[in-house]
Amino acid sequence: MARIGVFICHCGENISATVDCPKVSEVAAKFPGVVYSIDYKYMCSDPGQSMVVNAIKEHKLTGVVVSACSPRMHEPTFRRACAEAGLNPYLCEMANIREHCSWVHEKGDKTDQKAIDVVRMMVEKVKRNNALMSIKVPVTKTALVIGGGVAGIQAALDIANAGHKVIMVERDPSIGGHMSQLSETFPTLDCSQCILTPRMVEVAQNPNIKLYTYAEVESVEGFVGNFTVKIRKKAKSVDETVCNGCGLCTTKCPNKKIPNEFELGMGKRPAIYVPFPQAVPNIPVIDKINCTYYKTGKCKICEKVCQAKAIRFDQEDEIIEVAVGAIAICTGFDVKKTDFFPEYGYGKYKDIIDGLQFERMASASGPTSGEMRRPSDGQTPKKIVFVACAGSRDPAKGIEYCSKICCMYTAKHAMLYKHKVHDGTAYVFYMDIRAAGKNYDEFTRRGIEEDGAKYIRGRVSKIYERDGKLIVVGADTLMNAETVEIEADMVVLATAGVANPGAEELAQKLHVSYDQHKFFSEAHPKLKPVETNTAGIYLAGACQAPKDIPESVAAASGVAGKISCLFANNELTREPLIAFVDRTAPPEYSSCTGCFLCQPVCPYNAIEREDVKDRNGNLIKQLAYINPGLCQGCGTCVAVCKSKSIDIDGYTNSQMYYEVDALLNS
Amino acid sequence: MSESHNHLVDNSLSGKIKKETGVSVARCYQCGKCSAGCPVSVDMDYPPSLLIRKLQTGLPEHEEQVLRSKSIWFCLSCEMCIARCPMEVDIPPMMDYLRHESIRLKKVNPASKNIISFHKAFLDSIEQTGKLYEMGLIVDYKTRSFNLMQDVMLAPSMFAKGKLSILPEVIKNRRNMKQIFKNTLKNKQK
Amino acid sequence: MQKIKLGYYPGCSLEGSSREYNESVQAIAEKLGIELVSIPDWNCCGATAAHNLNKELSLSLPARNLALAEEAGLKELVVPCAACYSRFTTTQHELMHDETMHQKVNGIIGKEYKGNLRILNVIQFIEEFIIDKLDDNIKFEFNKKVACYYGCLLVRPNKILNFDRTEDPQTMDVVMKKLGADSIDWAYKTECCGAGFSVSFTEAVGRLSGKIVEDADHRGAEALIVACPMCHSNLDMRRPEIDKYNGKKLNIPVLYITQAIGLALGIDRNILGLQRHFVTVKLNDFKPFAKKIEVENLQITEEI
Repeated sequence: MARIGVFICHCGENISATVDCPKVSEVAAKFPGVVYSIDYKYMCSDPGQSMVVNAIKEHKLTGVVVSACSPRMHEPTFRRACAEAGLNPYLCEMANIREHCSWVHEKGDKTDQKAIDVVRMMVEKVKRNNALMSIKVPVTKTALVIGGGVAGIQAALDIANAGHKVIMVERDPSIGGHMSQLSETFPTLDCSQCILTPRMVEVAQNPNIKLYTYAEVESVEGFVGNFTVKIRKKAKSVDETVCNGCGLCTTKCPNKKIPNEFELGMGKRPAIYVPFPQAVPNIPVIDKINCTYYKTGKCKICEKVCQAKAIRFDQEDEIIEVAVGAIAICTGFDVKKTDFFPEYGYGKYKDIIDGLQFERMASASGPTSGEMRRPSDGQTPKKIVFVACAGSRDPAKGIEYCSKICCMYTAKHAMLYKHKVHDGTAYVFYMDIRAAGKNYDEFTRRGIEEDGAKYIRGRVSKIYERDGKLIVVGADTLMNAETVEIEADMVVLATAGVANPGAEELAQKLHVSYDQHKFFSEAHPKLKPVETNTAGIYLAGACQAPKDIPESVAAASGVAGKISCLFANNELTREPLIAFVDRTAPPEYSSCTGCFLCQPVCPYNAIEREDVKDRNGNLIKQLAYINPGLCQGCGTCVAVCKSKSIDIDGYTNSQMYYEVDALLNS
Repeated sequence: MSESHNHLVDNSLSGKIKKETGVSVARCYQCGKCSAGCPVSVDMDYPPSLLIRKLQTGLPEHEEQVLRSKSIWFCLSCEMCIARCPMEVDIPPMMDYLRHESIRLKKVNPASKNIISFHKAFLDSIEQTGKLYEMGLIVDYKTRSFNLMQDVMLAPSMFAKGKLSILPEVIKNRRNMKQIFKNTLKNKQK
Repeated sequence: MQKIKLGYYPGCSLEGSSREYNESVQAIAEKLGIELVSIPDWNCCGATAAHNLNKELSLSLPARNLALAEEAGLKELVVPCAACYSRFTTTQHELMHDETMHQKVNGIIGKEYKGNLRILNVIQFIEEFIIDKLDDNIKFEFNKKVACYYGCLLVRPNKILNFDRTEDPQTMDVVMKKLGADSIDWAYKTECCGAGFSVSFTEAVGRLSGKIVEDADHRGAEALIVACPMCHSNLDMRRPEIDKYNGKKLNIPVLYITQAIGLALGIDRNILGLQRHFVTVKLNDFKPFAKKIEVENLQITEEI
């Protein structure tokens, strides 16, 4: 006879403000099989958990339904409590009356009834739960870090220094990411390259780190502790093992007019190139689209001048396969270009640049060697206008969220400009100065008070060009919304930080979720900020949302900590909620007919053929067998099985029927 | 979450605007882009963003200022504000509504009498003839606004260039026109 | 050549102070074998006055015209006046998206508008019915530097009109380039000229139109090209106020795009109504048309 206990949580007011919890508890007490029912303010708290533990012992419960939040939040909590009381943890179920009820409905009888129905369903389910044992699987103690920006570098170094192997995959020819493009960094104004390049070198030199640049993740299979990853090494047309990085090829390449991606189009590069002088590795690649040889079949000058004989025109993309136990996504962000802004000229004015272009202009290694020169004519801009929120907080034409880093980098830009052009004037059009962070507000104040940046609170309505000047028309909302018109020499748009192109595709390869802006989603915004919903896959840096350097680095170290924890175990415990094929007595052995329709549909290749043999070793029957180490419990095989021989522990067909039945008969 | 706030009762002017036109002034975060782009903001007592600010506070004196403002009558309906508003606060329909309310509550700003005289003269002309009778409109407007000397030099040259007819064009179904006015403008005002 | 028949709503201005717009539309249509059929017994669209004072009136006046056009079996309706066009499309949009209002308006006008008309402004009319015929019919190249002025009502509100790029529209420029003109990039393409305030708030019109005329002139344009009678009146007729605002006399003429097309087609200047302008149109020395001019992006406007 089932003896079920029901525990209704108020979740503070999250549930009780909408759902009448005592009433739900009262009704649940009368469900068949329920011997104990109670409601409490915080069921997940220590006293709440004790109530569960004590009730199991006192009332000899055979099953527990905790009616509270989503199982994603606290199922492990209550399963642990059950185990502590000596009840198999898989005899505990969560009835979600928060996300599925109180948060989405108005207070009222119908809502109470829905909460009651949800509890009734789970009571019927838990009556049919089986005691299950968790599954142990081995761990491959190698981590894959995708992306070689500052987040990826930090994660890789931390994991490697904890004694684990790391494989780093970087899409570009060099690691370094956006940080290597920055001039100085807020709020200290220390040089970005000076703090980053030593770490880049460390990555290359660390014996625990294997670096693949100019490479991309092709596919990912497997599960936590046991991923198989295919990596596409794009053809560099250069043999990395032979090239000594002398750079002669790049100086002799006749085609030097290609817009330099690293300089955001403000400089030029040859067809065989190293993205920037401090690149790691310092090995050039040939840009096949622009290379004269690849286009016309003639040239090969690089090959002729290369003394190391490292040029390989016939090199092809190579796919390599690696086994890893954990994956860190550190793919970073992109900045929205200036050409999507109708009122700022659709990108047609040369002297309107974006924030990243300004970084290159201000950088000592940039196209102007750090001098302020406007792109159209190389003149020093005497009046410069910075426009904050250019595309951010703009649901109409840009993106609705705040890009977070722009307030700070715009303040920095205004300061750098003033440090370089002493007699120049810097205007900043802003809506709010969002400078929450250690020494951040002090930094923006310094820009205003000491460096004299002129802040005007208002958005810019229009920018147009006239007689070589950019006319910036805005409003000062602190002065009766009066129109302000500035004749500027150059305009810097703090364009929005957006997800990297390709983020969506990567998310799909990795089976991790992403939000409407194509940023990767964390498993929980507060308590699991660096985990994804897929076990063993983590994220750090601006691939999650716009982040500054300190935040990206902190998250990366968090990921390294998480991965090190994972790698501290030789074996992992997995949920035993997996599919199985039924077994019956001979001569049937199983209701499975051996049609193996289940085999091709399994996304995890978990289904094998099992031979049933008699004593003499003669084959009697072939049955499907589901490898518990590989099965993820997705249930696809259950749906295609014609003979209904497959079921999933924890979600059996019978349990589902009784849940539906409970709902229909309520 | 917005649906769960449907039970909130809002009797402020901004509440009425939302109900009648669907325009939510709460969306405005006061960036001032509308005021910067508005061609007549310099002529207004409150540029568009400031007008919205007054609606946002919902204080009776602010709402009074809005309904008595010149701004609502100086608005050209050129739609520049909504074309550039990052939050898509649709100001032109809101302005239309405020004008109608301003008339209904007899709070029309005296400085906008010329504009309203012109509108009324315009509509009178249409009510009478179904089409705009420009000569009649000018005469009617001048009498209403007492700007008797305005454009005195313009009319003869317009006439000379064949741009002004002395007699009105009249549509056939004038009854239909009367009926439309009876059911709309005249209906509201009485 | 098969004669094309299209519905036509000239509107009040085109029968009065802007009759040269009507004359030039009719002249190029006739020249290219297009018959424009006016809506029988049409009335004024109500313009700014109606929507400033009463919403139902502002929808009913255009709705009566639309219903009449539908009754007359018209499928397309060419509305050259940008203000009328704006009122018509707004009305169509409101009625099709608000059934209660639709029924109410049907009751007020005593007719039913079903919403089957395609309403075309002059640019759409040119793109769809004129532009393909230009190559074979152009006599003179419009070899002048021009500033195309779109104003407000052709491009806004974008949600309803779906016209071109709101801040830097190109459709008129493309047509002018096709005629051989050099259309300049300038700052006031879509800024308001003062519109219906011509009489009631002349001072503002002087300022707003003043900036427009000055920028076009400053950038070396030899003519302003417009597609709206209000814009034309303000930029042409209000030149004394404009010159007063700018503190200098500017002689740049203002042409309707249909007049420009007419000139390229070799139609007589007086038929196109150029003599009616306040600012004398001196443009001449047009080069005889030599060869077809290729212009990219001919179709930028979207279907409404």
